[in-house]
Amino acid sequence: MDSGAAGTLQDVVIVGAGVVGCAIAHELSRTGLRVALVERATEVGFGTSKANSGIIHGGHHASPDTLKGRLEWAGNQLWDGLCAELGFGFARVGELTVALAEDDEPALERLVRQAEEKGVPGVERWTREQVLAAEPALNPALVGAVHAPTTGVINPYEACFGLAESAVAGGVTLWTDCPVLALRPMRGPDDGWEVITPSATIATRAVVNAAGVAAGDIARMAGIEGVQLRPRKGEEYLLDKRLAGLVHRVIYPCPSPTSKGTLVIPTYDGTIMIGPTADLVDDPDDLTTSVSGADRILAAARRLVPGISERDVIAQFAGMRAVLDDEDFLIGPTEAPGFFNVAGIQSPGLTAAPAIARYVAALLGAAGFDTERVSAAQRVAPPVRFAHLDDAAQQALAADEPAHRRILCRCEMVTEGAVREAIARGAHTLDGLKFRTRAGMGRCQGGFCTDRCMAVLAAALDLPLTSVTKRGGDSWLVLDRSEPSS
Amino acid sequence: MIDARPHVLHDRYDVVVAGGGPAGLGAALAAREAGAERVLVVDREPEAGGILLQCIHAGFGLHHFGEELTGPEYAHRVLHEALDHGVDVLCDAYLMDLADGRAKLLSGEHGVAFVETGATVLAMGARERTRSAIRIPGDRPAGVFTAGLAQRLVNLRGVLPGRRVAILGSGDIGLVMARRLALEGVEVVGVFELLAHANGLARNIVTCLHDFDIPLHLSTTVVGIHGRDRVDHVTVAPVDEHLQPVLERQWEVPCDTLLISVGLIPENEISRQLRLRLDPVTQGPVVTSAMETSRDGVFACGNVVHIHDLVDYVSAEATVAGTSAGGYAIGHRPAADNVCLQAATNVAYCVPQTVSTHREHTVYLRVRRPLEQSTLRLSTPDGRVVHERKLRYVVPAEMVRLKLRPALLADFHGDALQVEVVAR
Repeated sequence: MDSGAAGTLQDVVIVGAGVVGCAIAHELSRTGLRVALVERATEVGFGTSKANSGIIHGGHHASPDTLKGRLEWAGNQLWDGLCAELGFGFARVGELTVALAEDDEPALERLVRQAEEKGVPGVERWTREQVLAAEPALNPALVGAVHAPTTGVINPYEACFGLAESAVAGGVTLWTDCPVLALRPMRGPDDGWEVITPSATIATRAVVNAAGVAAGDIARMAGIEGVQLRPRKGEEYLLDKRLAGLVHRVIYPCPSPTSKGTLVIPTYDGTIMIGPTADLVDDPDDLTTSVSGADRILAAARRLVPGISERDVIAQFAGMRAVLDDEDFLIGPTEAPGFFNVAGIQSPGLTAAPAIARYVAALLGAAGFDTERVSAAQRVAPPVRFAHLDDAAQQALAADEPAHRRILCRCEMVTEGAVREAIARGAHTLDGLKFRTRAGMGRCQGGFCTDRCMAVLAAALDLPLTSVTKRGGDSWLVLDRSEPSS
Repeated sequence: MIDARPHVLHDRYDVVVAGGGPAGLGAALAAREAGAERVLVVDREPEAGGILLQCIHAGFGLHHFGEELTGPEYAHRVLHEALDHGVDVLCDAYLMDLADGRAKLLSGEHGVAFVETGATVLAMGARERTRSAIRIPGDRPAGVFTAGLAQRLVNLRGVLPGRRVAILGSGDIGLVMARRLALEGVEVVGVFELLAHANGLARNIVTCLHDFDIPLHLSTTVVGIHGRDRVDHVTVAPVDEHLQPVLERQWEVPCDTLLISVGLIPENEISRQLRLRLDPVTQGPVVTSAMETSRDGVFACGNVVHIHDLVDYVSAEATVAGTSAGGYAIGHRPAADNVCLQAATNVAYCVPQTVSTHREHTVYLRVRRPLEQSTLRLSTPDGRVVHERKLRYVVPAEMVRLKLRPALLADFHGDALQVEVVAR
């Protein structure tokens, strides 16, 4: 955290450094505005964004009558440029929405129609034979599918970190471990807000509420009661890289009214992810996985791809979507001057994030802020992915830098050099290292690399091992030997 | 480190060994003794020895060295035996790839390097099964460790995984850690085992649990992990005869740490890259009696082939693999096997999977369930008994060794033998 900005009047404070908050910060970093990004978790992207499916939706799933329908397709088209600027992993692999019964026909037709209305190119019906020729692992009982070439898979953590780093390089102040405790209007009705946090009170002309599942709480702090979010939990299951190539495209079942159903996702990093569930829960912090969730996901995934085995599950986790009653995004100014909501950002929030950012910039502009772009986005070097390099590039890197001669995470072939670089770029927890480098994400789930990563982290930050945490707060990992007897 | 002098890396080796644990070091030594000139062991740690280096308890070497050693002592003995025989040990290095007799290394000293090799021994050991592999539902707080990681944290890093520890699984690493933590003053609230019988060596049940009054709950498993940041408690429940938890009878166990000791999986990424034939039960490569895999000149030994309960057996197996690899490198092709071993009643697997009738072999096998007063029987597929041996008791946790001498199979002329362990 940079406390230098505490005493300065900010133009905009963005609450929430998930992918949406980071995208807004990135967009505003190109203006001359003074912007601060505050995040309650210890690193960016540690909330909803870390449990994301990593899909850039084709653009045709959401109805064009909705805000999210418009921002979905607009966002989709912006990711190529961001990827070129920030260098994160992104591939347009395409998707298939698969019909397993003749009853699914209307749903497929609706998708094609929506694509036409929204101008999403290349979306077309595929016959059973076409589908099975392209994706032989799919259930041969399928009757047809809709193919969309515009769908992509992205590394959602890299995207989030890249946006945040670029924003910070462009002058945005990032505060992590910084929950907003209260919002206080400043003297006059148009004077802005004081954002009260445990570490400082930040004065700002405007607040952008991008707090995910907590957006309703933040709105209430500003005296706005209408943001009624319901947390909808999604469990996801990650399968071993051994299955890489089982499917090449994102595989959707035919959608139901509330959910796009359980998908089979070939992630950018070569694993296969299956999920999510969609269960309304009471507690927005309830990120438990369940036996019934696993059973449902596996059964649904195997209906699409029968070769998927539960033996291949290497990780399970849950994420929370912030859902409003009308299922749409709620983005705009409020009756509280200078307070903007960016709420209800559920699927396809990741896809839409860059378009949401532009939309928010335009809203701020309409409210009198000078949001004209005055500079290009700050480029940030893409993280080193030793495992993705060819022999010659690996040889050159290892020759230059001894830290790239040691593998810290054997499953994902993450070098000590990559871990050191991630720390230099802001990772200060084990999960931060994991999301930035993939150390610990592989099949042994940190069994090999945990203590190695902890040791490098402790040395780089000049801390004892006992001060290293999994994800900040009370998530301590080890104790000093003298502690249990106390 | 054993030797701080710069390491000379040659362009070509007779035998390259992946992994510097007891399997790799034993194989390297045997390869030298079999006539291989240049033998290179590649190990990723700063010092070779493998997981033994973190096993500071005693109980190793009774069979192989005829005395009881600690893990590091055993490791140092096999390391020095190898070094004394001119084996070249490259530490802080990683075998990244192996194709067509060329090994790709990443070494702290040499960077990315390629070496030619006449034969290869895979001895990469195993990794631990994780929480996710058994899909324990609940939160994902800090404080869930595999038992081996906890062992490394305590014995090599000098820190403790928590104050109040529950252990899932009665595998040997979990049992040893129960004792180790109790000795450190950590409260070990119990060991929970899904099966109706313990999964570790009998001596470990006694010396690690009974001697420290640590309760062992058989037919019980962890059905939930709770805690936002750090483990707060786990929920455990008895299981029925189908191993399904009886949730109506679940109870809470307050603890800040859960150690998972639910088995090891052979580390076969390179084996998969090489498209070796793998055994679905052992999850390691299928091997001949020469410990040769389905690819010519690629041998394997130790936990990468199947999970061993005693390092002594690893060393014995490594000698076979290394002798074969060393011989292969100087032009001796191992004689082909002519008998396939088929795991039958109450036998999970046999290693090696094939043998020959004209040489002596040691076959390792594991039973599926415990039995007292049983018979180990070899018979032809049509039921003719070839050999029988009485066993006092068998448990899945303890490997059964079967010495096959040529005389034993003198009257046998088929190409497959069934191996079974049945009640007497």
